[in-house]
Order: sequence, then C-alpha cells, then structure tokens
Amino acid sequence: MSERVRQIIVPILAILIFLAGWEALVWINGWPNYVMASPSDLPAAYSRFADLFLIGAWQTLWRTVLGLLIAVFAGLALGMLMGFSRTMRDALYPLLVGFNAIPKATLVPVLALLFIGQHDFNTVMMAFLISFFPIAVSISVGLSTLEPEYRDILRALGASRMTIFMKIALPKTLPEFFGALKVSVTLAFIGTNLVEIVSPHGRGLGALFLSGQTNSNYPLMFAVLIALALLGIVLYYAVVALEKIFAGWAERQES
Amino acid sequence: MAQVEIRDVRHAYSTKAGPLPVLDGLELSVPEGDFCAVVGPSGCGKSTLTRLVAGLMKPDEGEVWLHGELVKGPRKTVGMAFQNPVLLEWRTILDNVILPLEIVAPSMPRKDRVARAMELLDMVGLSGFENKRPSELSGGMRQRASLCRAIVHKPDVLIMDEPFGALDAFTREDLWQTMRALRQAEPFTALLITHDLRESVYLGDQVVVLSGRPARTQYVLDVTLPADRPLDILYTQEVGEMLHVLRDQIKIAQGRPVEGAA
Repeated sequence: MSERVRQIIVPILAILIFLAGWEALVWINGWPNYVMASPSDLPAAYSRFADLFLIGAWQTLWRTVLGLLIAVFAGLALGMLMGFSRTMRDALYPLLVGFNAIPKATLVPVLALLFIGQHDFNTVMMAFLISFFPIAVSISVGLSTLEPEYRDILRALGASRMTIFMKIALPKTLPEFFGALKVSVTLAFIGTNLVEIVSPHGRGLGALFLSGQTNSNYPLMFAVLIALALLGIVLYYAVVALEKIFAGWAERQES
Repeated sequence: MAQVEIRDVRHAYSTKAGPLPVLDGLELSVPEGDFCAVVGPSGCGKSTLTRLVAGLMKPDEGEVWLHGELVKGPRKTVGMAFQNPVLLEWRTILDNVILPLEIVAPSMPRKDRVARAMELLDMVGLSGFENKRPSELSGGMRQRASLCRAIVHKPDVLIMDEPFGALDAFTREDLWQTMRALRQAEPFTALLITHDLRESVYLGDQVVVLSGRPARTQYVLDVTLPADRPLDILYTQEVGEMLHVLRDQIKIAQGRPVEGAA
C-alpha cells in the first residue's frame, strides 16, 4: 500500500469505525430517536433539509472565515507590537490574558445590545474576538525570541527594520503562526456557532440546530452536529494546506 | 592606511549592580588585507568588539575607524559570521548566500547574484549542494555556507566571532584551510575572535591578546610565517614558540601564574 493511499484510507477507516460504534451503542441500548439519534437516521435528515443545510453551512462558513481573517490581521498587528516593544508587551499581556479568560458566551448579549440587529456583524465579531489571542501570542513570542544574530546579519548591512521583519523575522515565525492558526480556526468556528445558537437570528447551522430542538427533531440536531464537525475538518485542513505551502520547510524529512 | 583602527575604546554595560566595564583602553590596528586574530579569556568583551566594529553599537568612549571613516552605524562594506551559522531554514543554501546581495545590491540581476554565489560555493566545496536546505547539511558545511554569505558582497572587512568554535577538530582544520584559500582568491581584511591559539596563529598575520575584563590590548604577536601555510606548519618549532608566548600571555590575562616564571 503506497503512503498516499494509506494516508487517505486510515482516517476514513477510523471514521467508519466510529460511526459503527455509535450505531451499535444506540441499537444495543434500544434508545428511541428522541433520546439519541443514530447515524442511520442522518441521511434522511440531510435529504429532507438539504437546502437549509447548504444555506446554513454557507452562512456559518463565510462568517467564520471572515472573523478568522480579521483575527489574523489583528493578531499579527498586536503580536508585532508586543514582539518588538517590551513596553507594549508589559502593558498588553495582562489585558489580553484577562480578556481571553472571559467566557465568550457572556459577550453575546453585550454584542447583541451594542449592535442591535447587526447579526452578521455580531457573528463575525465574535469569531474574531474568540480567535485572535493565540495568533497574537505566537507572533509576539516568535518575534521576541528571535536570536540577535539573525537580526545582526542584516542589520550589519544597514537593512531597515521593515526589511529585517519581512526577510527574517516573519518567515521565521511562520511555523509558530500556523500552529496558532490551527487552534484559532477551531475557536473562530465555535464563536460563530455560539452567536447562532445563543442569540437566535435564523441564520447559519446554529439556527438549524435550534429549529431541530424546537421541533424535537433529534435526527436533525445530530445531523447539524455532524455537519459542523465536517466543516471544522474542512477548515482545519485548509489551514494545514496553507501551512504546507508557506512553512513546509519547518517539517523535518523523515529518514 | 589601516583598514580597521580602534583607538582607546572604552565601553561599559549597565547592569542592576551598576555599570560593568567590558572594554577599557582597547587599541587595535589592522592593515588593509591583513588577518587579525583576537584571543583572550572568556567573557573579556571579545564579542562586544565585533559589534563595535560592525557598527551595531557605539562605544562609550574612543573611536572605531573603518577604511579611513569613523564608524557611526552599520555599513554595507562589512561581512559577519558567527559561531552559530544562522542560516535561514526556509531558504536554499544558494538563496542564503545571496541574501546580503538583496540588501547591498538590490538592482543586481538574479542571474549575476546566482553566478557570484555559485563561484563562492564552488570555492568552499559546496557546489552540488546549492539547492539543499540548511537542515540537510552537516555543521561544517553550514559554516562554509555561512562564510560564503559573509563575503558574497565583497566586504572590505570580514568580522568573525568564533566561527569554527562549535566544530570538531578535523572539520575545524579543514575550514582553516578553506579560509586561507578564500583569502588568496579574494583579498579582504579580517578580524577573527577565537579561543583557539593554534587557529589564531595559523590564520592570523597578527594575534592580539586581550586582558581579562575590562579588556585592553595586552600583547600583539606578529605572525612571521609565509603566506603559503600547509597544516604541518603548526608542528614546527617556530610555531611552537609562538604558541608558548601566547599561552603565557593568556595566563597573565587570566591573572594566573606563568609556569616556569620566578
């Protein structure tokens, strides 16, 4: 079996085993649909609500990605500030850590009141707020731990700070950045769903989940959960693909 | 005219316990094209010296002159190499060597940069490795690439801070010979910080012994060896005597009694 085929077959096999175990669990316990749906109930739910799934998935996806993009830029800016200036690091770290410690669910009503009716904006905002922290920290740590020699080889030639940042500091920090981005992408996703479920406005997969709950349609609720998991996997592997392109050098060749 | 001239340089770092003087009355003069090796006890301020000459910091007092100009900041005409080769892992060996040209000669066509880098890589025995990543090379090969990067832009002065310090003894001797071959192919003035007395004599035209901290120039040895130096020369009586003198000077610098002295 070639390495490529193995890489595809192994995870698929693991998923199938998981689904079989789930199915068996429901079957053995004799749980009815209104206690716990089984995987075999899901196809019916998907085909019945296919349009709603597509629309909801798209709404969840674009708001997550937009929030994450803003988090990347804001995290990069904050990370640069803290990475280059000790004063900024000392000033901002406690604030950021404190902010990160606040359960984001408590911010949903705050956002909802601040920007009444701006559902897309609120959702994007939450995806951003919940996900920028790892990025800011990784960039700041990457920059502040850059060995002085790396800077000196260009500084000794009279290179500007910007040139040193672009040619050395930024690429050298990329592996840490992508490590953080993998955490952030999942967080952003949670942020989007949080708003969709806690502050119902009829958009996204979260809204579909809520309507399943209202109508006691358990297969629908589980179908939404699985759809969310799939979206999460897609987003995560999109980041992995970007990492391969931009920071593939950091991966050690297996010998 | 001397290429590197250091006049009565004094410098102190500020620490919690007050100022810590590291250089105190340092004098150094390296004629154009000469190779100056600087030895001294550990922690005596040798690395501070490299940063001063490179213009990365300014001395509290005294002057550093390069090529008849007072050093006020970084300049494009120096090359630097450290104990850590500091190659950029995301670039190939070729693109690592080219890096200084991107800063110093931004308008130089890529074709010419590559040709220049390949010429040097060939000289140090790295042709065929130009498309490898640094992580695929041995420590000695990485240091060779680092030396190529330090001189790719034809600097007037090459400043080296223990570049061979982390290498094993055999690799180190190989690199000494590479260093001499490079200098014959392209003359440059060199300032080498080292802990290795044999290295200082083999490579140097003069060896400067610094005193313990705060460092001042304690002794200057003129290395009266021919330009063409096979490694065997290290085992001649002439070199043996020079090493003996240097060893005694280091002991004085460390404040320890000199063997055989009354």
